[in-house]
Parts: sequence; C-alpha cells; structure tokens
Amino acid sequence: MQKPKSIDASFALTTSPTPGSAKSDPILVADKIARQFGGLTAVNVDHLEVQRGSITALIGPNGAGKTTFFNLLTGYDTPNSGTWSFNGRALNGIPPHKVARLGMVRTFQLTKALYRLTVIENMALGARGQKGESVLRSVFPWMWRAQEAEIRERATAILTNFKLIEKQDDFAAALSGGQRKLLEMARALMVEPEMVMLDEPMAGVNPALKQSLLEHIKELRTEGKTVLFVEHDMDMVHEISDWVIVMAQGEIIAEGTPASVMGNQQVIEAYLGAHHNEDLSANQEGA
Amino acid sequence: MDFLFIAQQTLSATIGVNTIIFALAAIGLNMHFGYTGLLNFGQAGFLAIGAYSVAVPVISFGIPLWIAFLIGIFNSVIFALLLGVPTLKLRADYLAIVTIAAAEIVRQIARSATFNEWLGGSDGITGKFGKDFFALNPFKSGLDTPILRFNANDLWVVITGWSLVAAITFVMWIMVNSPWGRVMRAIREDEDAVRSLGKNVYLYKMQSLIIGGVIGSMGGFVYALSRQSVQPDNYGTALTFFAYTVLILGGAARVFSPVVGAMIFWFLIVFIEQVLRQGVTNNVIPHWLIGVNQVSQIRFMLMGLGLMALMIFRPQGIFGDKKELALDAKA
Repeated sequence: MQKPKSIDASFALTTSPTPGSAKSDPILVADKIARQFGGLTAVNVDHLEVQRGSITALIGPNGAGKTTFFNLLTGYDTPNSGTWSFNGRALNGIPPHKVARLGMVRTFQLTKALYRLTVIENMALGARGQKGESVLRSVFPWMWRAQEAEIRERATAILTNFKLIEKQDDFAAALSGGQRKLLEMARALMVEPEMVMLDEPMAGVNPALKQSLLEHIKELRTEGKTVLFVEHDMDMVHEISDWVIVMAQGEIIAEGTPASVMGNQQVIEAYLGAHHNEDLSANQEGA
Repeated sequence: MDFLFIAQQTLSATIGVNTIIFALAAIGLNMHFGYTGLLNFGQAGFLAIGAYSVAVPVISFGIPLWIAFLIGIFNSVIFALLLGVPTLKLRADYLAIVTIAAAEIVRQIARSATFNEWLGGSDGITGKFGKDFFALNPFKSGLDTPILRFNANDLWVVITGWSLVAAITFVMWIMVNSPWGRVMRAIREDEDAVRSLGKNVYLYKMQSLIIGGVIGSMGGFVYALSRQSVQPDNYGTALTFFAYTVLILGGAARVFSPVVGAMIFWFLIVFIEQVLRQGVTNNVIPHWLIGVNQVSQIRFMLMGLGLMALMIFRPQGIFGDKKELALDAKA
C-alpha cells in the first residue's frame, strides 16, 4: 500500500473556502459530473477535489444528490457526462469491484450486512487477493489454508477493536442496527482501502455506539486514510470533519471548514428555505 | 396385501436410478439457488442437453460414448454461457424468466420435425448408445433379494451413478466451505455489498451457473443411459420443479440435502403408489373412493399435501437451519 505523504489537517487553513477549490494534495478529483434521471438533474458537480488524509463531510438537504454522487464516484451508477479520477487514475467506466480494488471502498446508507453469513465470515470476505476465492484452487484447501488463517487473524484484530469480537460466530442478521453499521465499516477496512466512503454512517445508531464510531473514523485519519462521508448529524460533522462540502439540488454550493460552512448564508437557505424568516401569513395575504 | 413387495419396490426406488437423476439435478440447483441465489427454472434444459448429448453423437454420428460425455459437458457449458451472458447482469427475476423459456426452447427444438433425422422428433431416440458403458458391467445377473431388486443393467447404473453422486457431493462440500463458497453465499445475500469489497460478482455467478448446469447435465447422462432412450417430453418444466421439490425437501444450502431429498421424494412417491395400488386391487380401499387408474394422480396429490405440511411445520427442510431461515424472514 502507498504510504501517505503527509497527514496535515492544517490544509484547511490554507485552502480557499469556495466551491470546487483546489487542494494541495487531492486524492479524488471530479470534473463536470452530471447525472440526469429523465428531466431531473440529480447531480451537476462542476469541480471537486478531496484532500488526501482528511476527513471530508458531504452534507446537504434531502434529495440534494449526495448518495447519487457517491454511487457515481464508486461505479455503481454511470454519469451522463463528466470525468473523475482517484490517485490520478481515471475512473470512467470502471466497474464497482475494480474501484474497490484500486483502494476506494464504500459503505451503504441502508446497511448491507450479509445476513446469513457470520460476523467473522463477513469480515473475511473483505480481504483482497484470496487464493481460495479462485474456483480451481478452492478444491485444494492446502493451497489457501495458511492465507485464510492470516485473514482470520486480521479480522479478529479489527473485530476486537470494534468491540464485535464476542459476536464473531453469530449471523450478521442477529446484530443490532448500530452494530451492523460498525460491521460494515470494519469489513470495509479488511479491503485495506486508501479512501473510505461512508454513506450516512450514523443513521439509526444510538449515542453510545455513535461515540465509538466517531473514534473509529478519527483512527482512519490517523492511519493516513482519507474519509469522505455523507451525514445529516451536524454535531458529528462539526466534531470530526476537517472540511465540509455542501450540496443542494445536485450542485456544490459551498465548501469550507465546519465553522465557516455553518455560518454561510447560502447553506442556511438551502437547508431552511430562502424565506424562512418571513411571515407566512403576510405572503398568503399578498397572494 | 403383499407388504414385502411394497417394501422391495419402495426401497429399490429409494436408492434407484431415478433418485440418482433427481439428486444430480438438485445438486446443480443447490449450487445455483441454495448457494448463489440464482433462480434457475431451466434445470430440465441442462438435463435434456446432457441426455441428447450422449444419445445423438453415438446414434446419429457414430462417435464413441466417452467422447459424447465430453460433448455433453461442453454443450452444457455453452448453454450456461448463453443463459448467463445476457441475464446475470440484470436482476435475479430475469434469470428465472429466461431459464424457464430457454429450457422449453431446448425441448421444442428437440421434438421439432426439422431435426427429426438427428434428434428423432417427438419420439426421441432409442437405441443401444450405452453399449460401451454396459460392456464394462461386471455383473452378469441382477440383484434379486426380498428387499432390493435391480436387473443387471440397472445395478451397474446404480453403482456408477451413486459413485458419481458421492464424488460430486464431496467436491461440492469442499468448494462451498472454501473462500470461493463464501463469496457465493455472500452474493446470495447482497451482490452490491460483495462488489463493494472488490469481487467480480458477474464472474462468480457465471461460474455457479456453469458448475450447477454441468452437474445437472450429468443427471441427463444417467437419465439417457439408464433407459437407453431419450424422450423430449421427459424434460419439461415438471422435471425442474420436481428437482426444486427435492432440494426444498432436503433443505437448500446444505451439501447433503439434494441426496437425502431425492431419496425421500422417491421413497414417498413409490411407497404411496404401491400402497394405494395394493389397497385397491385387494379391496382394502373401496372402488368408489379410488379406482386403479387414479392411483398415479392421487400419489402426486398426497405428495403435494405432504409438501404443504412440511412448509408449515418445517419450512427449512429436513437439514436446514431454522435460525438461518428465520433470519431470512427478518432481512
């Protein structure tokens, strides 16, 4: 795996807080990405860069196109136009499994734990380059047993860190919603990604688990990984993100540090409507 | 009533040729449906291709039987590719529609007048295409004991057939417990999650379709050889659904369930039939209730009732894990 160049959260201080601003060391660059569903333009992103080694939040009101944008970046959906690259490698037309192999691994808004597999099997599935996953070699267990043992060891270590180790032999379906979120994130780490894309990691997670999830996300940064996450929980965004990108109606309307973004007039309008301070009854009389 | 005869008929069927055929068909389906979640409703097509592939080359083209087996495997791989290439990228239901249609197309082509010269039309092919196989039969006479009875040819088919089933089951057991099998089961649960972990789901589904299809076509080999004849209408959709019945009886996603399911299936069918037949002919069952000609229909009705009871009281099948099934309902 490539060693991170620098873990420098202070990039936030030197980067211009404008939509589409250039970063000093971008890992992900997207250009003129548009996705239409019939007449509706769900995503229309002019330019976006994500700083390597940062935790970047992608926020925006419901229907802003955040998840669609995620799907486009990770190959689960194809844009009508635009180009984007990861680590300098163009990703146009690259299928999802290859995107994951390149080091960009995602999770899903609606958790995709593999229910009728045990927790440890869920984890082991994430490991890359498994000899025993080839159809021919699967028949000869001595060819993959040693590797499988290593994988299980790594899985056990991550599960211990995520406090899921007592559950390792349970079916994933037996976990609570929050534990499934943890499992999905832990499983993504088995792929040894350079960049982790988390789609609403906190949705439906109780406060105690939330705190531990937050710590795990911060750990990722410490390990030099890049995190891009979609989230509605503003406290969380404030607490852990170095940089915030705001989407509304498919476009990026603001970028900046959490503090600067939350004071931004455009962002407040996007969330609450442009006329949120006006008296509704006065409007009705006018109409 | 001749209870010994009933026992002999029933036990002979339980480990007989038909059980082998249905076990092979269901092992293939278990790969597709039980482990990978692929709804293949065209397993009869694979059996038909297997059966015709051993009969046609030998009878119509004079090719040795051993090469015909290889042709059969090759053809079923091609058939799996034909089904899989257009459908495996789509949602699961499309595969179900395409496979059920494709199997019917195979049957209709086989019985069409156009290819009468080679495939025998609706009469199929009858002839000694298995003579190379039966020439190896070491048994000069059949088996005739109070509880088991096979003629010499059937005895040879039963012994080789069960050896084949055992070998395939053993290999399947290793494969589904390997990391490869883990990817398959994961695909059954959620393809998109598997993609997000860097696995080429399309490739794995294709492998599943090919492997399950080839095993099914071996069921077709046994079907054709044991009867020394191939009839197109034996390979209708009913065959596919009986194979599913066998699989569900045993419990999907368990290695031994197709084998045990097939044994139970044929045990019940023959047992019910023999009891009814003996009962009617010996006036134990009154004629106004069941006539002799109704026995073969009524056995399927009773079979259906039994299946319903199974689904209500033991929905996971004989071997299935109830906890696992309950999880499925939650998901």
